Amino acid sequence: MDRLYGTALRLTGNPDDAEDVVAEAVSKAWSKLDDLRDLESMEGWLFRILNNSFVSLWRRRKTRDEVEREAVETSDAGGFSLFQQLHQPFLLWWGTPEQEFLNDVLQEDLQKALDALPDGFRVVIVLVEVQGYTYEEVSALLEIPVGTVRSRLSRGRALLQKALWHQASEAGLVHGRRPSDGGAGEST
Amino acid sequence: MSEDKLSCEEVIEQLFTYLDGELDHVHSAAIDRHLERCRDCFSRAEFEKRLRERIRASARAKAPDSLHRRIKGLLDQY
Repeated sequence: MDRLYGTALRLTGNPDDAEDVVAEAVSKAWSKLDDLRDLESMEGWLFRILNNSFVSLWRRRKTRDEVEREAVETSDAGGFSLFQQLHQPFLLWWGTPEQEFLNDVLQEDLQKALDALPDGFRVVIVLVEVQGYTYEEVSALLEIPVGTVRSRLSRGRALLQKALWHQASEAGLVHGRRPSDGGAGEST
Repeated sequence: MSEDKLSCEEVIEQLFTYLDGELDHVHSAAIDRHLERCRDCFSRAEFEKRLRERIRASARAKAPDSLHRRIKGLLDQY
């Protein structure tokens, strides 16, 4: 139950919707239990039902056009890379700022940054990075072209990393550096 | 593009596709080889892998009691 709820929480970005999605998924799964032929595949089956329940809820709340418009209107993070902001090549591997950052960044801050992403970006990141979906599977589930999956992943990751950078700066985790809007090729 | 002679720029460009498991075997193996000999790209790949692990871990949450009660109520109806 915890894993279903945690995944729903990251997909929806809020606890109330996450509860609704899990409740609907469990109810559907229970009513279709006879369709499940292989008990070993139950977990994957449940998560698929959860994802479908989430998409149904999402579609009731927002049209595809609204999601697309939100994605288009979101400022680009320009290929922002946390690694490039943090990396200092002259330091030794056991003391690099990027490793310190990963050790220090709070789970709560990561969740906050992920939840704050526009839906269209957050959902593809959760499906690919948390659930291990292929681009084709995301494309089929969300009924968007694979190219859109790729572009939302790329922009969403840059936005997420930029948000994490800002949070880390505010929390004093990255000393003496200033956030930059720079692209992938930029160094500090 | 010669897969055996990927530049760092080409590797970084394809890094997320590689980490997502979306590259074919030949391209994926070429990136593996590059990462074995390029410390900078290896560090970048390790950073992105660890960040991904942290993101994955962000989906761990304790289901609230209210949800447990709701599910019990739903299942009791069957």
